Amino acid sequence: MKLKHETPMLDELESGPWPSFVSDIKDEAAKRAKNEKNVEYQIPTDVCDDLLGILELSFKHGRTHWKHGGIVGVFGYGGGVIGRYCDQPQNFPGVAHFHTMRVSQPGGKYYNTDFLKQLCDLWDLRGSGVTNMHGSTGDIILLGTTTPQLEEIFYELTHNMNQDLGGSGSNLRTPADCLGQSRCEYACYDTQHLCYTLTQEYQDELHRPAFPYKFKFKFDGCPNGCVASIARSDMSFIGTWRDDIRIDQEAVQAYIGGEIAPNGGAHAGRDWGPFDIQKEVIDLCPTECMWMDGKELKIDNKECVRCMHCIDAMPRALRIGQDTGLSILVGAKAPILDGAQMGTMLVPFIKAEEPYDEIKEVIESIWDWWMEEGKNRERLGELMKRQGLQRMLEMTNQKPDPRMVKEPRHNPYIFWKEEEVEGGFERDVNEFRKHHQR
Amino acid sequence: MEYEEARQRIFDTLTKKQKSKSKFYFSDLAKILEIKPRDAKKLINKMVEDGTLEYWSSGSTSMYGLKGTGKQAHTEHED
Ligand code: SF4
Ligand code: SF4
Repeated sequence: MKLKHETPMLDELESGPWPSFVSDIKDEAAKRAKNEKNVEYQIPTDVCDDLLGILELSFKHGRTHWKHGGIVGVFGYGGGVIGRYCDQPQNFPGVAHFHTMRVSQPGGKYYNTDFLKQLCDLWDLRGSGVTNMHGSTGDIILLGTTTPQLEEIFYELTHNMNQDLGGSGSNLRTPADCLGQSRCEYACYDTQHLCYTLTQEYQDELHRPAFPYKFKFKFDGCPNGCVASIARSDMSFIGTWRDDIRIDQEAVQAYIGGEIAPNGGAHAGRDWGPFDIQKEVIDLCPTECMWMDGKELKIDNKECVRCMHCIDAMPRALRIGQDTGLSILVGAKAPILDGAQMGTMLVPFIKAEEPYDEIKEVIESIWDWWMEEGKNRERLGELMKRQGLQRMLEMTNQKPDPRMVKEPRHNPYIFWKEEEVEGGFERDVNEFRKHHQR
Repeated sequence: MEYEEARQRIFDTLTKKQKSKSKFYFSDLAKILEIKPRDAKKLINKMVEDGTLEYWSSGSTSMYGLKGTGKQAHTEHED
């Protein structure tokens, strides 16, 4: 079917081996033009055609034709809607307004098909039909609608779908969690419950921007990190345990004997030969804290760094400990200013138990510090670099701990202050000279 | 600080700066009020609610301006 604009450059993007967003948008443009379901489109029918057209033009000119930001939103919310206007409305009226709405994803990203259908019907009617499932923060992203539709969509989402908008701008962004204890035996705490509780608790932070910049929470039930919290959130909550890995020696033997497939049966597409516990597990333990003692697998648990490798390889033989909780790491971010940064350990172990008061205390102390001292558009990780970890520990009332040291002799951020040192920093020179020549 | 006093102070300061600047960071507003950000938050939220201020967002950062004076109002020929 003939589209409204010629798009020779975009067409190139369809020629590779991968699925292409260009093909998807073309499909949607064709579908809207045909309108077999007789939808009473509330925004221009040719929105997708014009979207392709303006993108082609941007490729041609080597510059964007979207204006920067905007003043749209729904009443009372300072986030969740990102205003986008194009600067060529005469040629591309379908995308004169093309606002994005961020919809908070359900915990663990559990949907039923009814919900998805309702969402897509709503977006066909009142938006462009183009979605991004999911954005990097986790939200359901609805791409492209006009200003008058915003309140209508918001009403429908909140009143009939029990669904809220997510965060954008200098807000707490939509918290994201792994599916945790709902399906995963590795989960050391109830990620969905903690994520939901904090989302409810911090509604104001989510919807009314008052931070220096964005702030993200992510919840991983174990160090496998399915939502990559350690790399992608200013504050990451990673499940862990402080007792011993539980070992079922019989099951260990069953793995060795080939009765149970290792790695839960993954990587089985090729014949890798029989399972070799020495080579595939023990030798790969990063702290070399495992060994076989005759027929018994042994672990020196105090050396274990919870890398999860042995548990992932032999889940029926090894299980997480029973005294579980989480670690809080802070300051991760994507490479906008001075490069990507992974999270730094702030709280090595904290229990994750309702009502989570201890966790909330840590969160609020971090916010107090960052809101007061953070510069505009400075992420928490950058403030940490600028003022140092020691300052952060002071502001959050945490004690320095060897587990916060990333590499020995590289980042000595635990410094002594004079009042903490017996005898202070002054010395008796005469006494010193008795033992040391000039 | 009383709400009315805070509102007036924000309104006056932002009006004065209007020629050079129409959008402000949250921390700029807290500085004008000379109170901690956490305390300023309640007052500033209220100013948005009653239409003194409005939000502007680039998607990644948010700013505040007197209602109807932002850059967008200008670019959209609404001023
Ligand atoms: S992060 Fe851990 S607990 Fe969560 S889903 Fe992944 S493996 Fe399971
Ligand atoms: S979890 Fe990792 S560090 Fe701990 S014992 Fe297993 S392989 Fe070693």
